[in-house]
Amino acid sequence: MSATPHDTVGRDTTGDAIPGGYRIHMMLCAGTDCAGRGSYRVKEALEREITRHGLSHEVAIGMSGCRGHCGQGPVMVVNPGEIVYQGLSEHDVPRLVQEHVLQGRPLQERVHTLPPQTGTVPLISEIGFFGKQRLLVLRNRGIIDPEVIDDYIVRDGYRALSTALSTMTPEEVIQELIASGLRGRGGGGFPTGIKWKTCREAPGHPKYIVCNADEGDPGAYMDRTIIECDPHAVLEGMAIAGYAIGARKGYVYIRNEYPLARECLEKAIADAREYGLLGENIFDRGFDFEVSIHRGAGAFVCGESSALMASMEGRPGEPRAKYIHTVEHGLWDRPTNLNNVETYANVPPIILRGAQWFTSIGTGDVSENPWGGSKGTKVFSLVGKVHNTGLVEVPMGITLREIVFDIGGGIPKGKKFKAVQTGGPSGGVIPEELLDLPVDFDQLTRVGSMMGSGGMIVMDETDCMVDIARYFIDFLIGESCGKCLPCREGLTQISTLLNDICNGEADEHTITLLEELSNTVKECSLCALGGSAPNPVLSTLRYFRDEYEAHVREKRCPAGVCKALITYSIDPARCTGCTLCARNCPQDAISGENKKPHSIAVDLCIKCGICRDVCPHDAVIVH
Amino acid sequence: MPKLKIEDLETIAARRTKAMTVGQGAGRVKITVHLGTCGISAGAQRIKAEVMRLVQDAGISDVTVTSTGCAGYCSREPMITVQVMGQAPVKYVDLDEKKAGLIFDRHVLEGSIVEEYALGIGSEHTA
Ligand SMILES: Cc1cc2nc3c(=O)[nH]c(=O)nc-3n(C[C@H](O)[C@H](O)[C@H](O)COP(=O)(O)O)c2cc1C
Ligand code: SF4
Repeated sequence: MSATPHDTVGRDTTGDAIPGGYRIHMMLCAGTDCAGRGSYRVKEALEREITRHGLSHEVAIGMSGCRGHCGQGPVMVVNPGEIVYQGLSEHDVPRLVQEHVLQGRPLQERVHTLPPQTGTVPLISEIGFFGKQRLLVLRNRGIIDPEVIDDYIVRDGYRALSTALSTMTPEEVIQELIASGLRGRGGGGFPTGIKWKTCREAPGHPKYIVCNADEGDPGAYMDRTIIECDPHAVLEGMAIAGYAIGARKGYVYIRNEYPLARECLEKAIADAREYGLLGENIFDRGFDFEVSIHRGAGAFVCGESSALMASMEGRPGEPRAKYIHTVEHGLWDRPTNLNNVETYANVPPIILRGAQWFTSIGTGDVSENPWGGSKGTKVFSLVGKVHNTGLVEVPMGITLREIVFDIGGGIPKGKKFKAVQTGGPSGGVIPEELLDLPVDFDQLTRVGSMMGSGGMIVMDETDCMVDIARYFIDFLIGESCGKCLPCREGLTQISTLLNDICNGEADEHTITLLEELSNTVKECSLCALGGSAPNPVLSTLRYFRDEYEAHVREKRCPAGVCKALITYSIDPARCTGCTLCARNCPQDAISGENKKPHSIAVDLCIKCGICRDVCPHDAVIVH
Repeated sequence: MPKLKIEDLETIAARRTKAMTVGQGAGRVKITVHLGTCGISAGAQRIKAEVMRLVQDAGISDVTVTSTGCAGYCSREPMITVQVMGQAPVKYVDLDEKKAGLIFDRHVLEGSIVEEYALGIGSEHTA
């Protein structure tokens, strides 16, 4: 809670945020109350006035979440000096600029003297979990009722569509997307504008827009939450894509295990139709667009583009070779643009606020090469061994350390951080020494992991890296479609090798074989499921080879997980004889007198770990 | 409802803004229940029902109860946001029916924040 608004501004790289060089920062409150009282109108008036005086390079104007300065809205904070204004209207703007900006003295009659802080309740924006998040895709979370289309319209909903239809050609929309540097949020990070352009130029009619809401990664629920928070943002993004590409029909492929998200989307589609925001001749601009929902049966492989389209056509969800592109030969062999939920939700703000604004957030330079950086934000589901689990949206370029420790609040129970898995089952683990890595598409790939769709699983010292690799491989064996041999057979063999290592039945040769086989599967599989499946193995080998070697050479599992390699015992120095473990042991393997140290009968013990979990004195030790 | 024209967006936004704003259409207090899949599995539906019952039993008409998506802080669900006219919104976490009742009595009816259950005041950063 040390950051004052001023130094927040100074450090910020995001939209409310004003990269250096400005003399004055003006931040209007975008909280519901202030917005309801016209803070956006004041902002627009301010921008006009500042431009009129030719001061745009000196004065930065932004919006921020509610910082609790509430008086009579709209509230604005001006720095330097942290002057708070209240009750502003467009009519105050010329005088405000005259006094504050030109004369350098606050416009006294609107200055809000804050009451002295009484309570101990912190500001949301200064709480670790929220402090470093920047909401762009999730800008409406917690604010609108997702089932009320008017709520979305209040938050500028469907204005990007109306702007695109009435003031931009399809080519201009595509150009804006390319300039924004937006890259696909579904895993591959392909530049969205380039994909749209290719699809627009592909011969064949009709063309289709598809939204990928299959979301099969274990532990990931970004797309579900985006739909549940703000379904119209996804629909609006799809409609803009339809206009840009020349498609009249869109589909959302959503897994059937997401009933609430689906209902939310169904209601949104019905409401948008009712308002004529979907349907024929939208806004009387001669553009027709319809959206239907296709329910998927929840197979991970059906998230892959060609398998997804095969499944929509009623064929088995099997991928085909990648050299036939779905942008040219997609659904029913027609040019089809497939993007992820989060990708579409990024589109309306880019059209409304412009590519330049979007590129001010994130890493790299995309002005000449759309692969030159990672722009905007990314939504992650932060799960595993962290205090605060949840869905977080952060600017690209934030470090893993900030996500795990500042937002996630660190590792519970005083345990030590070991690694973080990004990119889901196709990603890799990233060890502690790389925690200061800025998170973007290229950095994550460089260290052997990937952005993926945004799953982030934190692991601590009690997680065995061999066991983790085995978990993901076994997940993928179940999800492989079986069409090609390297993936179908290779993954099973990898799993066998990992089992041997975990069971203490492996030797040096096993590790070499594992490495060779992983590389073969990676190179020879038909689709990216098999192509990336070995990543968890290869990345754990890369960063935690010593753990593999301990299993093989010393028949020891350093994290104390692999059952064949561990024994449980009780430290008599710590045991107080409370009997809790003995009462909880399902095998009755623990004996001992009340208030005297207990012991475990090794031959009865099934190594379930319950005693360790219940012991209040940490007296159960694992070798 | 006839098909919208571009100008209608403005009209709808103005009308609905009034209805959503505390001190205007939304009354003196707005209570927002975070109802995503995660919130619901933590019991947010029960909290919403309880809050609606409390409002009804108190026989007051200046309180609006609405719902919204997940605030992202899944480990602290169920969560509600209470906004009293002229004050910053307050987020409450880890709720059950009993805590919701207390928040209703103290914050909604009497206007003072229940600090023990409050996570924070204000709202999040937008980009
Ligand atoms: C096995 C596999 C599973 C995938 N699952 C998903 C998914 O659940 N959601 C998604 O958006 N993309 C998924 N993808 C990536 C898609 O094939 C595709 O690249 C993406 O939807 C394109 O959208 P984008 O450019 O907006 O990221 C998956 C890819 C593979 C190989
Ligand atoms: S790599 Fe795996 S999932 Fe992909 S086509 Fe081959 S068998 Fe199917």
